[in-house]
Amino acid sequence: MNRKLWINLMVALLVAGLFMTVSCAKKTVVSDGTTIQDQATVEAQAKANALAEQERIKAQELQDQVAKEEALKEAKILAAKNRFSNQNIHFDFDSAQLSSMAKLLIKEKAEWLGTNSGVAAVIEGHCDDRGTTDYNIALGERRAIAVKNYLVNLGISGSRLTTVSFGEEKPLDSGATEEAYRKNRRAQFVIR
Amino acid sequence: MNEIRLNKIYGEKGRQQLRCQIFLAGVAVLVFFFCLAPLQAKEVDYINISNPFLNKTPIAITRFKAFNGHDAEVNHGKNAEQILKDALDFTGYLKVLNPAAFLSNPAQTGIQLGQINFKDWTAIGADLLITGGIEERGNQVTLKLRLFDAFNSKLLVGKIYTGGSSQIRRMIHLFCSEVSHKLTGNWGVFNSKISFVSTVKGHKEIFVCEFDGHNPKQITHHKSICLSPNWSFDGRWLAYVSYAKGKPDIYIKNLKENRGAIVNYKGSNISPDWMPGQLNLAGALSFSGNQEIYLLTKKGEITKRITQSRGVNVSPTFSPDGMKLAFTSNRGGTPQIYIKDLDTGDVKRVTFKGRYNTSPAWSPDGKKIAYVGIEKNKINIFVINLTSASGMPVQLTMDQKDNEDPSWSPDGSLIVFTSNREGGVSRLFVMTSAGTDQRRLLTLTGKQSQPGWSKSTSFEN
Repeated sequence: MNRKLWINLMVALLVAGLFMTVSCAKKTVVSDGTTIQDQATVEAQAKANALAEQERIKAQELQDQVAKEEALKEAKILAAKNRFSNQNIHFDFDSAQLSSMAKLLIKEKAEWLGTNSGVAAVIEGHCDDRGTTDYNIALGERRAIAVKNYLVNLGISGSRLTTVSFGEEKPLDSGATEEAYRKNRRAQFVIR
Repeated sequence: MNEIRLNKIYGEKGRQQLRCQIFLAGVAVLVFFFCLAPLQAKEVDYINISNPFLNKTPIAITRFKAFNGHDAEVNHGKNAEQILKDALDFTGYLKVLNPAAFLSNPAQTGIQLGQINFKDWTAIGADLLITGGIEERGNQVTLKLRLFDAFNSKLLVGKIYTGGSSQIRRMIHLFCSEVSHKLTGNWGVFNSKISFVSTVKGHKEIFVCEFDGHNPKQITHHKSICLSPNWSFDGRWLAYVSYAKGKPDIYIKNLKENRGAIVNYKGSNISPDWMPGQLNLAGALSFSGNQEIYLLTKKGEITKRITQSRGVNVSPTFSPDGMKLAFTSNRGGTPQIYIKDLDTGDVKRVTFKGRYNTSPAWSPDGKKIAYVGIEKNKINIFVINLTSASGMPVQLTMDQKDNEDPSWSPDGSLIVFTSNREGGVSRLFVMTSAGTDQRRLLTLTGKQSQPGWSKSTSFEN
């Protein structure tokens, strides 16, 4: 907006200046005819310039609008991508069963994978740190495979999906609270 | 071993004397029991290590006699005495008496049979007595060590060791093995090692330390997540799990020769457990889409599939005779411990109490399985007797935060495990197999977990 104001101000000054020169020129009219001719050209030129400037501003505004819309669209895409990577599928203790909430989230991931057909993803299975290391690696693997199987049933090619279990080795929250445990029992998507 | 020469003359003389005494005593005992009750005639151990450790045997360890008396000799003597006390105290079945109560000082009056007034020792409650002497010439240290039965005024073990001063710890532990063998019939833990996982700069690496936590050394440098180290029967190989290639694979490593193999089938490859007496192992692999237990060669080739069950099958552990495998499975809905007979193929469930029982560890005598159970959100170590009819588990850890990863000492007297009882930080602890004498094994920066005790009690490796 500021820039527009400035440009308008400049145009106003230019026009005012033009009048000044014209009025000044009139004094010299009698002595030199060619000067009068020149002043008329200058006046026309200035008008044309002002018009062009207005056009340019309009075009710029349009371009800005388009860019803004594009950025918004890109942000939306990025948000969807981030949601794909950051929205984890959660599980109950010692369970690889998909809850209805989990299924809803996986459907959303399937949609995203559908519109981003070039993307391959790793599904990581994780556990809370209650329980033992080996059993938790197995449990994490079952969680990752359960999510993969559901995606394949939704029509996503299995060749785009790999699974790996980290058991209890990579907690998101190292606290020993129910909330931390809930966060850590998850399947997590990583774009390859 | 080469630096340590056993003094043959003394050693054999002592042993002959001892054998003679044992023989005579044995004949007397046999004759006695033969007349009265022949069924009771059996070899009597001084200490039964499979019994609870509630009544420790009191033992007095004297100051070491310095034969030449120079400073280096005296200091090495003090050092040797401390190593001896620490090692015998570590067993959990001996109570090392406070020297403040001692009535005589064999370091001055003499450390041999005939120079010792055993009444001075029985009077302060010592059942056993160890006298020590040290003689240092140049770089060579000679240790003269004797174990006496104070009640019967009898020499039980007499040994002389000679070696460099850097070998004192090893010489003392050799003697401790003799003491253990005399008292329990088993060579003990003194030449065993413990492998474990420790964090290093945010990664998990495999470490190895001596039986008492001394001398921890980093073995792997994967800068990744390493887990579940397990010793081969001869102590020359370690198998462990590493995420070095992005997923869990079993690494099989010869510790001395820098060779080995990687088991990296599709999916996860975890839970390595070496077979007793053979360089083959069991592991849990998921390439079939399901975690199943397989037998593998040390090159990582599959020789046999052991489990066929939907669900999780992990944590195989061989029975000491190699005939059976205990493992964790959730085939019944919750994770429980099962045993498979490798000959007949029969499977039986071992644990029934509680909804979460994992990580079985078979005792070296084959009679018990230690495992991890979760009850009321608390993780603890339990032991179940396979020979008793009741099959009721005994809880070994209690009210001390979370306790996991039990592993038996090769003689079955101790269990090493992981606990976060000190400030919530995961560390290694040791207890007797009855759950008594729980103490920290070692202090190291980072967090430690998953200890694995080596399987041989001998000093040959």
